[in-house]
Amino acid sequence: MWKTRITAFIILLLGVGIGFFVYQSEINYRNLTSEESATGVAKFPFKLGLDLSGGTHLIYKADLSEVGETDIESSMDSLRDVIERRVNIFGVAEPSIRVERSGFSNQGEERLIVDLPGITDVTEAIEMIGQTPMLDFRVENPDYLQESSNGIKEVKVDENGELNLSVNLSPYTKTELTGRYLDKAVLEFNQTTGEAVVGLQFNNEGAELFKQITTENVGKTVAIYLDGEPLTTPVVNEPITDGKAQISGNFTATEAKTLVGRLNSGALPVPITLISTQTIGPSLGQEATSAGVKAAIIGFLAIALFLIIWYRLPGLIAAISLSIYVVIMLAIFKIVPVTLTAAGIAGFIISIGIAVDANVLIFERIKEELRSGDGVGDSIHHGFKRAWLSVRDSNISSIITAIILYAFGTTLIKGFALIFLIGVVVSLISAISITRLFLYTLNIKKRNGFTEFMFGSGFSNAKKNLK
Amino acid sequence: MFIIKYRKIFVTISAVLVSLSIISMCYFGLNFGIDFKGGSLLEVEYLTSRPDQNVVEDAIKSLDIGSVLVQPMGDNGFSLKARDITDEEKNSVLNVLGSDAVEKGFTSIGPSVGKELVRKSIICFILVSLGIIFWIAYSFRKVSKPVSSWKYGIIAIGSLVHDVIISAGVFVILSHFMGAEIDTLFVVAILTVLGLSVSDTIVVFDRIRENIRLNQGKPFDEIVGKSLNQVYIRSIATSSTVILALLSLIFFGPESTKMFSITLAIGMFFGTYSSIFLASPLLVMWNNIQKKK
Repeated sequence: MWKTRITAFIILLLGVGIGFFVYQSEINYRNLTSEESATGVAKFPFKLGLDLSGGTHLIYKADLSEVGETDIESSMDSLRDVIERRVNIFGVAEPSIRVERSGFSNQGEERLIVDLPGITDVTEAIEMIGQTPMLDFRVENPDYLQESSNGIKEVKVDENGELNLSVNLSPYTKTELTGRYLDKAVLEFNQTTGEAVVGLQFNNEGAELFKQITTENVGKTVAIYLDGEPLTTPVVNEPITDGKAQISGNFTATEAKTLVGRLNSGALPVPITLISTQTIGPSLGQEATSAGVKAAIIGFLAIALFLIIWYRLPGLIAAISLSIYVVIMLAIFKIVPVTLTAAGIAGFIISIGIAVDANVLIFERIKEELRSGDGVGDSIHHGFKRAWLSVRDSNISSIITAIILYAFGTTLIKGFALIFLIGVVVSLISAISITRLFLYTLNIKKRNGFTEFMFGSGFSNAKKNLK
Repeated sequence: MFIIKYRKIFVTISAVLVSLSIISMCYFGLNFGIDFKGGSLLEVEYLTSRPDQNVVEDAIKSLDIGSVLVQPMGDNGFSLKARDITDEEKNSVLNVLGSDAVEKGFTSIGPSVGKELVRKSIICFILVSLGIIFWIAYSFRKVSKPVSSWKYGIIAIGSLVHDVIISAGVFVILSHFMGAEIDTLFVVAILTVLGLSVSDTIVVFDRIRENIRLNQGKPFDEIVGKSLNQVYIRSIATSSTVILALLSLIFFGPESTKMFSITLAIGMFFGTYSSIFLASPLLVMWNNIQKKK
């Protein structure tokens, strides 16, 4: 008997301990600044899905018509890598980028799914993913008319005696040299000013073009354009033959680093088109989170109250083992970690209701055994034994449903199915073993009016049936 | 047991409910959401006060994005539904709504993604149904007299169909009056109802078989009545706890899972109802027909 009691005590302590872990790790996490949380001081925060944290969910379709059958997989992988690099440069916390291979259900489309928590500006997100930085070198346009300092525009008269008023001419014209000939970009610092600059290294072809451009334009300026905007317009002092150039554009170190990353991440291996977007604003996510937590707490309290009022002593014990079930689930969510979504929280709340199911089956059985005239100890023992098959059978159909939904569902469905599945399995274990242990621990042997009342339910006591 | 005594009444009630559900589905039609059809949904909220709906509708007409369904949302917002629009098109919509309007959420689903969901839903539906049918076949594999095991299975599946049709029927009526749409979560709710309601039926049937063993020679309807007496409190107690959890989700939970919880609660209710008031009476009726032959 003491063995059972000690085990029960240890389980109770463990429950409290896990509860403390869940609480403390959450408090720690909340109190941290963003800097600290990045260093891993707060381990195991709840991992919130996009619909709770706010963020952007993008689905891209890859056009693989130009790629041979055998190269599809590697193309998709390198596509994912390039996009992952681009996203990382922007410092998104925990982005998720995954390839969805073509199959029956998505009609043969190769897809890339990008989840960006915290990014609620789709325009920004799409830009960061879809754009290859366009780097090109331009030389002075001889036809460009300069605006004189006093605001009067110079006007040229052409051979036919007509006025040429095309003042919109760009000051520079494009050359063949673009970012395509870039071998790599590196972050450098100007040795005298300490200013961050971006060093460019061209490949052989690019070096040749660069040499040609600089040779032709000694004494003039050469403009370096990024995404159609002039970044810097250095004067060429002498021809450059080694294929190296520097862009200095009053960058901060971070800006320069970002540019280097973007230039290096290179072009996408295959063209992609956006076929689905979803953005959840931060306020919407917060509302959903607090409502979900509120519903979970109220749902749990209502169930516990119902158990205690209806099932009395076993109900109280079931409520305690249900609390342990809840903290175990929360700890699993944190440690695995399981991504929590609104649907997942719903699955969790429903699983609390189902966890009760096993207890109720057992209690009803115990009551029946008591009515048939058995002692309290025997009734508890037989009650558990006889109810087990029903408990197992009634949960298996839920497990079947959850497994199929998890295996074949979309992200949203998976979020629900996983939590529902874990919930049903954990509840099976916790309801049976923990409740039984606690009931044994009480070691009730006497059978009298009080125990008959305590093991009764609803309006009926567990009196011996005299029929 | 009154349920067995008045079994014809309860079976008739179920038949009427199923017919009404089918009629309402045909009459109101299934209102599929953008998850399935493809399209976009933009939710905006006004910082100060929202303008008249007409003003918003007129403003959007100037844009070339086809027909847009504008509905008030919350106290100070609108939800706008249109075809799947691009990000630029969405920005132009936000532009005409004025700087006071803040984007709360935006979803745009291309037609191919919608078709994928339809396929996945169908696959899930077929597999879950098959899985549960196999599970029922397995649980009732041991032949027991006087009713052979496959009849338990067929009745269990029948009451499952009953639960699903009524849940879907009630959903269609609700969706007609509350503007809810058939979305991913509806599919999940229906499939979860499948899993939960069959478990209830299995518990009831398990009891019947156990009592057949213990009460050899007694009339079948008496045995069924006795079994129901033993399990109905348990059935009602367990489904009430789940419904209790769902009610807290409906009243306090996130907006996005409201219709999901309502559908599940309805399914849960009828799942319990059918295992007590439909499946067992049907078993007795089938047995009686067999005896007459």
